[in-house]
Amino acid sequence: MAHVTIDRVSKDYQAGIRAVNSVSLDIRESEFIVLVGPSGCGKSTLLRMVAGLETITEGEIGIGGRVINHVDPADRDIAMVFQNYALYPHMTVRNNMAYGLKNRGMNRADIEKRVAEAAAILRLEDYLERRPRQLSGGQRQRVAMGRAIVREPAAFLFDEPLSNLDAKLRVEMRGEIKLLQKRLGTTSIYVTHDQLEAMTMADRIVVLNGGRIEQIGTPLDVYRQPQSAFVASFIGSPAMNLITARGENGNLVIGDQTVVMDGAMTVPDGPVTLGVRAEDMKPAEPGATADLELAIDYVEELGAGRLVHGHVGDAKLALSTPSGEPLSDPLPIVFDRQRLHLFHAETGRRL
Amino acid sequence: MTIAETQTALSATGLAARRVVNWGVVADHAILIAGSALMIVPVVIAFLTSTWDPVTIHREGLQYLPGGHFLDTYGMVIFHGTGFTGEVNGMTMMVNSLILGFGFSVGKIVISMMAAYAIVYFRFPFATISFWAIFMTLLLPLEVRILPSYEIVQEMGLTNTYTGLILPLIASATGTFFFRQFFKSVPDELVEAARIDGAGPVKFFIDILIPLSRTMIAAIFIIMFVYGWNQYLWPTLITTDEHYFTLVRGIKQILQVWIGSQIPDYNEAMALAILAMLPPVVVVIVFQSWFVKGLTESDK
Repeated sequence: MAHVTIDRVSKDYQAGIRAVNSVSLDIRESEFIVLVGPSGCGKSTLLRMVAGLETITEGEIGIGGRVINHVDPADRDIAMVFQNYALYPHMTVRNNMAYGLKNRGMNRADIEKRVAEAAAILRLEDYLERRPRQLSGGQRQRVAMGRAIVREPAAFLFDEPLSNLDAKLRVEMRGEIKLLQKRLGTTSIYVTHDQLEAMTMADRIVVLNGGRIEQIGTPLDVYRQPQSAFVASFIGSPAMNLITARGENGNLVIGDQTVVMDGAMTVPDGPVTLGVRAEDMKPAEPGATADLELAIDYVEELGAGRLVHGHVGDAKLALSTPSGEPLSDPLPIVFDRQRLHLFHAETGRRL
Repeated sequence: MTIAETQTALSATGLAARRVVNWGVVADHAILIAGSALMIVPVVIAFLTSTWDPVTIHREGLQYLPGGHFLDTYGMVIFHGTGFTGEVNGMTMMVNSLILGFGFSVGKIVISMMAAYAIVYFRFPFATISFWAIFMTLLLPLEVRILPSYEIVQEMGLTNTYTGLILPLIASATGTFFFRQFFKSVPDELVEAARIDGAGPVKFFIDILIPLSRTMIAAIFIIMFVYGWNQYLWPTLITTDEHYFTLVRGIKQILQVWIGSQIPDYNEAMALAILAMLPPVVVVIVFQSWFVKGLTESDK
């Protein structure tokens, strides 16, 4: 167990492509950090730099207070779980787990003990003599976890470990990994492109975009207080509605309709981006004043609720409503004033 | 008609239909049998002829029925020393051939695996050029460079040695190319996992890459063993000492040198040809099953 410090780290590939741009991050002991972002945002590169599989162009990475920029991956005291598991196909499950320990010259009895412990934790005792190809996807995933656990490393690194599993198994393994991490208390860095995985597993989420950190925060922070339009659109499902609006005398003008703010939030004059989640608006009560009139395009029935897609002028909007309520078209809607987000129209930063 | 009756009727028609001769299948098999016969019949005739005495063969030509001299002929060929020194028999030639076949194929596999490993996994200056230079040697088979090759081997004093017989044949562009393609298909994550597991380049090669390549090794071993076994020109050039003669070369010696009375020992030549065929056949059969098994089970 150790804390991991990433200090102004950058990565340049040849031809001046900057994959990671001056990223700083302090990871506490036993913390579960999820790096999330779209493909090409540099999350995997960052993880691989921590692992030692990529060189660091600028900055410093430390594990447990020791700078490891030029330390061999084997000596960094980390263990990594890969997307395709990267199990050694010709070795049994037991040998797959033991290989790293053997290479470190640990004695046989200790190796046996550690493998047995890991197998017990991961419910792999019956599969120790099998080869990877005789295992299911979920079992292979657990073997990959086992290979990491037996090492008892200072940090676990996960590189999209669940992407190769089917949806049901993914949810199951998500829980298992989280539980395991809590139980072992090992500092973990987990890379995913799936915001749901990030939300459900992380102690803190790091949202990356274009090689930069957009926001660091607890899942709820990131969800409730997105610091940029990018984070707002990336975290949460359905994605937050981002509407081009204009501030006029403290009110918001959307298309040809005006939302009267009554000072509930300060709206600067000029173009802004309004962010509002589907669950943070609802159809107006009969007789109450509506903020907007929504022209309904189509309705998605989800069982527990439904998603109403419509538009106001050019702006598209989705709001969730309980199933079964009759909908009028156009639909008068009201916003939850406390849950509105305003972003700079050009930079996308939160206002 | 009840349902049961209908079913009986249906299955009866099914049976009847199955009894009808499927001429398509018959034609297929006829073609296959003809093809196999084309391959096997010459071998069978050679074997049958080898069991007759040379006089009969000389008088009547090839024989299509077994003769009575099987034990004599094969005993003679395998154990009876002949040649100038009278010390060389079928066994010694067989041993020489095996040394050549194994030395040749194992050497080729070792060298080309190491070359491919260097090319795929290490970044060194002129790596691409090196690879293509190796690849270009495909255009220069032994026959083309036989004079310089002979000159070098002769100057190094390696004529009439196993080293001289094997070493110049070992460098293999084909092997290097196959292993390169195979190594490239090994996922990068495996290398990375091994690095994190503390396996250095040598450990990775021995612990992971070689076991993963076993199907590839088997495939190349088959090809190279047969190729090495069948070498004729190079052994003829480089070995003048009978003790280094290979089986393939020995067949010719029988017809030229081993003359008993005036009639060439056709029976012995045939017997030696049959014997020369057996080891490659065994190698192909053994390794082919292994190779196919490996192919179907492989997952990287």
